[in-house]
This record gives sequence, structure tokens and C-alpha cells, in this order.
Amino acid sequence: MGVAVRSTKTESGPIHYRYFMNVGPQHPSTHGVLRLIIGLYGEYVLSIEPVIGYGHRMHEKMAQSRPWQAFLPNTARMDYACCLPHQHCYLSLIEQHTGIKVPPRAEYIRVIAVELNRIASHLLWLGAFLLDLGAFTPILYCFDDREEVLDILENLTGARITHCFFRIGGVLADIDDHSANRIREFMRRMRGRFSVYHKLVTENIIFIKRTRDIGIITPDMARRYGATGPVLRGSGIAYDVRKQQPYSAYRDFSFDVPTGSRGDCYDRYLVRVEEMQQSLCIIEQALERMPAGEIRAPVPRTIRLPAGQRSFSVEGARGEVTYYLVADGTDTPYRLKVRSPCYANLNLIQELGQGMLFADMIATLGSLDLVIPEIDR
Amino acid sequence: MKRYIIELVQGGASLLAGLGVTLRALVAQPVTVPYPRKKLPMQPGFRGHPMLVRNPATGAFTCIACGTCMQRCPSRCIDITAARTESGTKYPARFQLDFTRCSLCGICVEVCPVSGLAFSRSFAMPHRTREACKYDLVTRGEEGT
Amino acid sequence: MDTIISITSAFTSVALAAAVIVGFVFVNATALGYIERKLCGRFQRRIGPMEVGWHGILQMPVDGIKLIAKQLIVPSHVAGPLFYVAPVLAFAPAALPFLVMPFAPRIQVLAMEAGLVFVLAVISFNTFAVFLAGWSSNNNYSMIGALRAVAQNISYEIPILLSLLTVVFLTGSFNLSRIVQVQESLWFVLRHPGAILAFLVFFIAAIAETNRAPFDLPEAESELTAGFHTEYSGIAFGMFMIAEYTYLFVNCCLATAVFFGGWWGPTLPFGQYSSCIWFFIKAYTLVFIVIWCRWTFPRVRFDQLMNLSWKYLIPIALGNLLLTALCTKL
Ligand code: SF4
Ligand code: SF4
Repeated sequence: MGVAVRSTKTESGPIHYRYFMNVGPQHPSTHGVLRLIIGLYGEYVLSIEPVIGYGHRMHEKMAQSRPWQAFLPNTARMDYACCLPHQHCYLSLIEQHTGIKVPPRAEYIRVIAVELNRIASHLLWLGAFLLDLGAFTPILYCFDDREEVLDILENLTGARITHCFFRIGGVLADIDDHSANRIREFMRRMRGRFSVYHKLVTENIIFIKRTRDIGIITPDMARRYGATGPVLRGSGIAYDVRKQQPYSAYRDFSFDVPTGSRGDCYDRYLVRVEEMQQSLCIIEQALERMPAGEIRAPVPRTIRLPAGQRSFSVEGARGEVTYYLVADGTDTPYRLKVRSPCYANLNLIQELGQGMLFADMIATLGSLDLVIPEIDR
Repeated sequence: MKRYIIELVQGGASLLAGLGVTLRALVAQPVTVPYPRKKLPMQPGFRGHPMLVRNPATGAFTCIACGTCMQRCPSRCIDITAARTESGTKYPARFQLDFTRCSLCGICVEVCPVSGLAFSRSFAMPHRTREACKYDLVTRGEEGT
Repeated sequence: MDTIISITSAFTSVALAAAVIVGFVFVNATALGYIERKLCGRFQRRIGPMEVGWHGILQMPVDGIKLIAKQLIVPSHVAGPLFYVAPVLAFAPAALPFLVMPFAPRIQVLAMEAGLVFVLAVISFNTFAVFLAGWSSNNNYSMIGALRAVAQNISYEIPILLSLLTVVFLTGSFNLSRIVQVQESLWFVLRHPGAILAFLVFFIAAIAETNRAPFDLPEAESELTAGFHTEYSGIAFGMFMIAEYTYLFVNCCLATAVFFGGWWGPTLPFGQYSSCIWFFIKAYTLVFIVIWCRWTFPRVRFDQLMNLSWKYLIPIALGNLLLTALCTKL
């Protein structure tokens, strides 16, 4: 990589000398194999061009070439930080399409697992975001807490990251008293940890100066790009699939949808931290009111997907996850389209980053919480 | 000017609070363990690679080589060669699991009609060659966990 | 004859002193590297190095050997000799400030009259090395890192100088042992409100001057991968690291001598060594605080860094200097 200085004639007349930087595909703060071609003018970013697709694994094509059950492990491999919502979405779609009813206890277990997964994901994001801002220690504290969640999930699902836990018509394992007590213990611990994060991060003057009024996404802009999840809520739009179109058992729980007021990095940070607390709330209610009964509905051995099309959305940790199915009556989907939230969220950076300082651009990129394999699929 | 000083004082206080957090961590017990010397207890629900289950009474594998797992595995990483005993019951002469492709999804364990498969508890399985990752569960079954 | 003997003896003593000081630079960098890694581990609730030797105490020497033994990977696009010169330039002058550092009443190689100025001059030399490294690497990340380093070091030399001048006004001398001498009854930080302010300014500026987090912008891992030393490997990288630790320690020594009464302290049961021990205790305590800050705070942004220097530290240091000068004259 030589020092690449190219002259570009801009519309306003003067020639700007852009200093091109290749951020990625291997760079500490792109969190995966994302590549950004950045045109710099001094420390200012003039243009950003994201290059994606380094981690493309043809998941959607795979779905079309094998029976629908065989796609289940794939759903866990798109968003490695928060895979259960993907699985939840896929199975709910199939269940709705084939008219299979899920017992309420199974739905509750699904909700608990998904919310635990969401907390783990937000903790990972929190650490990585602080790492982007140059603080090395918070990520270790986050991992300490995340470890607890992963232990619980490992005991429940058998795996720490790529859980394959939900099954058609229910879940694989029940939450017994022992697991429930562990989850309660984790909730107690986690509630006490927020004050540590507030002292170390939220109230830190350097952190505030680095994130307040940086990377402001206006509600209009968020809508234009189809941003969802905490990125959208940070801009003040209280859109949460769990509230707007309650699926699974979410209708049974009361929880808030935290929103920001300014749409800057700091608001997105606050929204995610508050979301963790809301997730704890949901888990608590779910554990309390857990109905007795089956965890798996009896389903026929072979299920064909009736011809037709259908889509289903859930709220993932990064935004709205949608699976869209076109079936032709066989047991293999004719087409399965996955809408991943990060793809829309990433595109914001092109417009958002222009005219920003390089360091702010990195901070903003971090605040979008991108998981690149989910974009590439 | 007043705002400037307030910000200076509050900012300084917030920095000190942050230092307090890390200082407390400094004197607290570390939470990590030096892995190969000390191991954390494994979660009971952990899923290792699938392995063949033995009938506790006879000591023989319960698998009847029906091929369901082979058929249903999403990664198609199971390959079974069936054989028959003199009395005519089928048994797996070879049960190959290509662990390079197994996603540990657990579908094989779930679909087996005779509960012939279970998850092992081994997790550290480094190999030098790809071939070595293809386990024959019939012979490997001895090592079990 | 006599002159020859005195020349030889002078020569041996200088050679001895040089050997001791270079040895000390290595030992100090190794020790600091170990302390930092261990402390960083504990701050993050990890255990830090543990495998090599008792509690990992041999980890750093082993790493040093590894760095020396490693192949130097030189990318084809670097600017020839300058690329090799830069780490040497960073490393070679690092030992010089110890020549005039008054570790104890009689442990000082050169009782230079303008010792303080000498130390500052040597410290600012590091900027050259960093800039050369970044420039000759011919890499976009390194280039930005180098530019940041130059701007940062130039802006932070001013508050360092101004804050030290406060004490120079109080003592009327640039001689470091003289400055320590004066603090026999009470350290400057305890004696004079102006000195407290001067120390705070000096401390912040010194962290920035040595490119340590939260002011580690020339390296800024999450932005510039490794900044100015992105292209360096093996011992060339090791030299930058040794230089960084040495300059860190030099700055802490300077603060000890100027603000914390140098070798003065209650007598310890080590006889004549106790003064030297006091000096090191104070210096390493300051090092600890620097490390503590590094593992707590996020990094500041470049314009904030500049603002901090030009809008806060320099006016404060300047006002402080004026006030102190006025007070001493009245
Ligand atoms: S665990 Fe899943 S991928 Fe592995 S062998 Fe069984 S069915 Fe196949
Ligand atoms: S393990 Fe179970 S499913 Fe697989 S061949 Fe044997 S009996 Fe059939």
C-alpha cells in the first residue's frame, strides 16, 4: 500500500487532494471482514465506500437446496453474536406457514433464551465500542458478565455461540429449577453491575466528549436508510417489533422501549444499556409466570411447506430480522430471503461519515453495532 | 466561566470515579484461570461430538444402523456401513463422523429411534490432518468422553 | 604521567557509568514492561503473565530474546535507510537523561548546571524518531500517526516547559540536584500551591508527551492499527518499546526530582542507599499512576487533545507561572 494521493475535481471547483485509506478488511475496529475505502483530507473524512462480501457463505442459496430442517444450523451462523433471534424468526415463520402451534411454555423458554442472548450481544457490543474509543479495560469486564450468560446458555443449548436450540414446535430442553435459579442469580449480579459501567463509562467525561453529538442520525435519515433496532430507537423513534407486532409470548410482558433524544452515539449507547435492563425485566417476568406444560408440540415426521409466501419479523439485538419464504409445496423452500438489520445500518455510515474526523468515524461505526457475517451472509 | 469550572470539576470527579473502579478491580481476585493447569467445571448441558451409546446390560452399541441420522444430518457428515449379525440384527460395522463438517446441531441425536447417539463431553480435539478429523465412532466409542 | 592516569581513570569511570546506565535502561524497560502487563491484567481482573518463571517474571526477558531473534520484515516500499535509522534514533538518546538525574546526593553522573534543559532537549528528540519512522514507512496509517505525533509533541512541550519553569523560578536554578537540595524541609507539591498546579499540568502533559493512553494518538490502535510503528517488526519494534518505557520513566523521574523532593524522605534502614530508594519509590509510584490511567480511560480525540493543550494547559501553566513569579518577587 503506497501513499495514495489522488486528485479529485469536486463540483465546487477547487481540487481536493484525497488521501485514501484502506480500513479493513483486517482492521481492529471493523470487527470482521468489512472494508472501508476512506478518502481523507487531513484528518477529515470526505468519502466512505464500504466494500462488503468477504464473508459471503451463500446461506440463502443453501436454504434453497436442502430440506427446510437442514437450514436450522445455518440460522445460528449469520449473526454470531446474537443468533437465537434468527432461529426464532425462521422457526416461527415455518410454524406459522405450516400451522403448527407452539405450547406456551416453549414460547416462554424461547423468550428467555432470546433475551439472554440479547444481553450477551449488547455486552459484547459495549466492550467492543469502548475498545474502538481506545478504552481497553471495559471489554474485559463485559466479558466477565457475558461469561455468566454464556454459561447459562451453554447449559441450556449445549453451545456457547452457535446455539441450535429451538426446534419446530418447541425447544430442545426445559428450564428446570436449577437453571431458573442460575438465571435469577445472574439477574441479581447484572443489576449490580450497571453502576460499575455507569461509573467507568457513562459518566466519564472523555467518553461523553467522544460520543455526545457525534454521528447524529436524524429520524428522517434513519427512516430513509431503513435503520432498525437501537440505531433507530437512538434517534427517538420507538419502533420495536416486540411491541409493534408482538410475536411469541411478548404480549404477556410489560417492558419499555427506551429511546434517545438526539440520535448521537451517546444516545445509542444509553439505549442499549437500558435495553439490557429491560431484557432483565422480561426474563424476570417470564420466569415468574412460566406456564407448566409441554415444551414441544407433537409434529408430524415430515412436514411439507404448503405453496405460498410468508414473512416473519422478530427484534434481534441489532434490529429487525425478517425471513421471507416462498414455498412451492415441497419440503425445500423455493426461496428464502433474510433481511438482516446490519446491512441497512451499515449504509448509514456513507452519508453519516462525510466531513467527520477520522476518530469520530470509527466511533460512529462502532456505535452502529455491526456484525459483518450477518451483512455478508 | 462558571460552566467552564463546573465542567472541569465534574469531569475531574468522573475521571476519579473511573480510577476508583479499576482500583477496586486491582485489589479484587482475578476471575480468569490459567487454562491447562486449572479447568473450570463444564456445563452439564455441553454438547460435544455425537458418539454411539452402549447398552449398559450387554455392552453392545444400541444403534441398529437404520440410517435415519445419516439422512437427516444437515451437513451430511455421517456415513454408516451396516452389517448383520448371525441372528440377523443390523449393527454399524463402521460409523464415520466427519467432524470437520459437523455443526453440533444435535439433530442426529434427536432423530435416532433407539437413542443410539449421545453427545460426548470432549471439547479439545486438535488434529494435524483433515483425515484425522473423520472419526469412526465404532472404534472411537471406546474412548467415549 | 599523572594526566594520563587521571584521563584513564576519568575514561573508565565514564565508561562504567555509561555501561551502568545502558544496563539500567534495559532492566528498567523490562521491569516496566512486566509491571505494566501484570498491572493491566489485574486492572482487568486477569492474572497477567504467569507461565515463564515465578509469576511470569521472566516473561519480558524471554519476549526480548524473541524480538531479537525474530526476522526483521522490511516491506519493499519503505524509504531505505531512514526506516532503519528511526528505531535507533528513538532508542539511542533515551539513556542520556539519566546522566544528569540526581538519584541520590552522590549518585549523579554529570552535575550539569542546565540539567533540566538538557533532559527536556533529549526528550523532545523522540519526536524526530517517531516522525522518521512514520514517514519512512510509506504507509498511510504510519503517516497519519507520525503527523499526529509531531503536532502532539510540539504542543505538549510548551506546558511541560512552563510548568517546570514555575519550580525553576522558586529555586532560581536549572541544576537538578540543586532543585532537589532545596526541598529538604518540604517537597514543592506540599509547599507551594503554584507547584501543585504546575505538577498537574506537567503530569498530564508528560503522559501526552510520551504518547501513553489516553493520549496515545500516534499509535491509536483502533484507528491506525499501530500508528507510526505499523511496519516495524522484531527488535526494531522492540527499540521503540524500550524507548517508550524509558521516556516514561524519565518523565516520572523528572517529576520526582522537581516536585516530590527527589531523594528526600524519612530515613530507611538501608543506610546510605535509603535516599536512592526513596527516589525510586516515588518515581515508580508515578509510573503506577500513569499505567493506572492508561487502563482506565478512553482515548481522547485529536482536536480535543490539541484543545486541552492550547486552551487549558498552556493558559493555566502560564498564569500559574506569572502568579508564582509575582509571589516570589514580592
Ligand atoms: S450434530 Fe448435526 S451436523 Fe453433527 S452429525 Fe449430528 S446431525 Fe450432523
Ligand atoms: S445412530 Fe440411531 S439413527 Fe443413526 S443409524 Fe444408528 S439407530 Fe439409526
